[in-house]
Amino acid sequence: MKKKDFVVRFAGEGGQGFLSAAQGFASANTTAGYHSQTFATFPSQITGGPTWMQARIATYPIHTRGDELDVLVVFNEEAFQNHKGELHKNGVVLYDSEKLEVSENMRKLGLPFEKLGKSTGNARAANMVMLGALATLVNLPLDILEEFIRRRWGDVSRYGETIVPANIKALELGKEEALKSSFSVGELELPTKSKHDQILLNGNEAIALGAIHAGVNFFVGYPISPATSILVWMQKNLVGEGKFVYQASSEIEAITALLGAGYSGAKAMTSTAGPGFSLMSEGLGMGWIAEIPLVIVDVQRGGPATGLPTKTEQSDFLSALNPAHGDVMLPVIAPGTVEECFYATIAAFNWAETYQGPVILLSEHSLSERQQNIIRPDLSKIKVENRNIFSGEGEYQRYQSDNVSPMPIPGSAGSYVANASEHDGVGDTTHLPHRHVEMTNRRFSKLSLLQDGSYESENLDSGTVILPWGGSKGSGREAYDRLIREGYSVGWAYTMFLHPLPPDLLSVLKDQDLVLVPELNYLGQFSSYLRALGINAHSITQYTGLPFKVGDLVEMIKEKLDS
Amino acid sequence: MSKKNPEYDFKWCPGCGDFGVRRALEQSLNKRIVDLEEPIENTVVVAGIGCSGNLVHLLEGVQPYGIHGLHGRSLPISFGVKMSRPELNVVVVAGDGDFLSIGMEHIGPQAQRNLNVCVVVMDNAVYGLTKGQSSPTSDLGMITSSTPYGKIETGLNPLRLYLTLGVSFIASAMSSKIKDLADLIYRGMEHPGFAIVHVQSPCTVYNDTYEVLKGNAKKGIAPIAWNIPDDHDVTNWQAGVNLLDNGGIPIGLLYSSKERVTLDDKIQSEKLPVPDMEKLFNTYQV
Repeated sequence: MKKKDFVVRFAGEGGQGFLSAAQGFASANTTAGYHSQTFATFPSQITGGPTWMQARIATYPIHTRGDELDVLVVFNEEAFQNHKGELHKNGVVLYDSEKLEVSENMRKLGLPFEKLGKSTGNARAANMVMLGALATLVNLPLDILEEFIRRRWGDVSRYGETIVPANIKALELGKEEALKSSFSVGELELPTKSKHDQILLNGNEAIALGAIHAGVNFFVGYPISPATSILVWMQKNLVGEGKFVYQASSEIEAITALLGAGYSGAKAMTSTAGPGFSLMSEGLGMGWIAEIPLVIVDVQRGGPATGLPTKTEQSDFLSALNPAHGDVMLPVIAPGTVEECFYATIAAFNWAETYQGPVILLSEHSLSERQQNIIRPDLSKIKVENRNIFSGEGEYQRYQSDNVSPMPIPGSAGSYVANASEHDGVGDTTHLPHRHVEMTNRRFSKLSLLQDGSYESENLDSGTVILPWGGSKGSGREAYDRLIREGYSVGWAYTMFLHPLPPDLLSVLKDQDLVLVPELNYLGQFSSYLRALGINAHSITQYTGLPFKVGDLVEMIKEKLDS
Repeated sequence: MSKKNPEYDFKWCPGCGDFGVRRALEQSLNKRIVDLEEPIENTVVVAGIGCSGNLVHLLEGVQPYGIHGLHGRSLPISFGVKMSRPELNVVVVAGDGDFLSIGMEHIGPQAQRNLNVCVVVMDNAVYGLTKGQSSPTSDLGMITSSTPYGKIETGLNPLRLYLTLGVSFIASAMSSKIKDLADLIYRGMEHPGFAIVHVQSPCTVYNDTYEVLKGNAKKGIAPIAWNIPDDHDVTNWQAGVNLLDNGGIPIGLLYSSKERVTLDDKIQSEKLPVPDMEKLFNTYQV
């Protein structure tokens, strides 16, 4: 039987150039009609240090990077020792024989990548030799990669004439050597081209594109892993009349600049990670009390403090929900896939405009570094909201109502003071007890406008559901599918709208005997919030800096189900 | 607020210098309405936290837009207002603690960018609203509630700081000379670039400096404030530095340069076409 998917991991040292080769490999296969997902992890340095990247190629839509490796490509001894344990029993290790020797008795293929590469006339074709060998091990026809080479280098007139034939030659050299080994990890089925157009991108790119479609016109951010690529993308693409993008001097400047811009009518956004998010605390409190629409992207990394800058974790949920001192509870949307990163960003802007306040978009490192093919969004079907603007004349009481009220914009009638202190209808400071009660109630009642969040649910009759959030959705989904195949009686529920939860989902969850929440933090943050809402939720936690493996998660869920 | 608001109960103490600053700001804004035919809604006053920040609620007559923000953050908030809406007239009102202590980190970047806003700093060399602690501009040795044995830091010279950081319009004023102050604020708002009008605005409760500033001949107290001579070349940065070497507090326009372009005029990306979503998607098409 032909294989439906395979998993390859490339491991070595940062700066060796194999990451882009691996991305190219995924991209080439996606073009051919396969579904692909990549995952990369690296230390917080530019050159050197243990770095690895994994690509999963499949004939069907996939939710995770895959647990076991069909092929492990290693570039040094350390990488081999660290990763060999994750190789499938029929897997093959492909290694650079100029860099290391593998003496163990296993399916192995050592090639002098660099030497073979140089023999083609292109000194940098070593990675192409490696890809040629890799493709052959999984019985992928080389024309997919040849097509990729032509697209990648063919238009570059300076190089095209020499590099394209050299790289194709390198692929063939790799193929010849792999054929000599006579190893195979099984033939991959041919893909069926999707009837929908596909785009291949990572989570941060999807967020940036979503923001553009939602109408962002003001972006100020400060570099921080793993959110930097959103700022860099915006610097390049948020251009044209009426658009402003800037690198701030700190996250404090970024959030306070957003307050000024959101107040002045802009759709304002910033992106950051844990440490920067902590610095934004006071500004977020002001956004809440002064009722200023803002979108803040927190691409979570390991915490606390500087924590694990280049590893993944879901440990900012409680911070996102209650980021500031005082009675504040911000709306939180957490995408779980690259596709959802796009739609969640638009939803975040829509919520910010609707309730006139800050919305937190909670992404995470594993999504920011994950490249995935998604159906090209049909923009005509996406609704974009704009805030209700005051268009009257004369004096106006901006805050004088029980719920959201039209927002005056500087330059037009309706002047008021957006006040970080407790205030009356026009925004003047007040200490009257009844006002604080009124205004606090007003701020919380606005959350009731945000009940349009969608959710997924299946098999709710069993009394027990698996409810992952954010980037754990993929592992959670594949674990659920496996449990169902094994005959377990368990349900599935999921939403990216974490606060406020879709009301129907809330009542569904309240009816369950047990809600199991896979999440990447020690505290079990999301389940503690669910329990406060009256749901019998229990977390399945992991805090290694890496996403869940499906196999591990299945075992952990079974333990809970059996006890 | 244009009328007395019974709910708003904040009051400055009798004799507070901030009364004069308020009057001067109102005069300069009214002059804009008359001379430039600019509606008051085109002005946004961004205030910090402290006695000074309450100015935004105490303005009388026609009302500009206002933001009463966070301690130390009036400047970056104004950056957001100005850069999202460059056509607005943006004025920052802040105190010495707000602007020069907790907010100090924001002055340098805006000076480098030449952000086109006008800042009015009300300096009383003390934290008034928290009852009299020392501030960056308190003198060495000054006794305050937080320096009961005398302040051990050297007092900051804000004008020298502004020159060093590259602020392109620097004026020094006294709250009691309302007409002169109104004129400087007006010119600061008209200045294309980052303008700071630094005002000596005494606190009659915790640091009454009226006498020290103006002097008292009967008591033999020489004034520390002195007028910048008419022949001072305001476009000459070094002349400004030399002037400060004379000590005391010079009053008037210290420095004004229009050589540098303002931040909003420097943004090159504005001239590029707005990218089309479908074209952006095309770059990811497989």
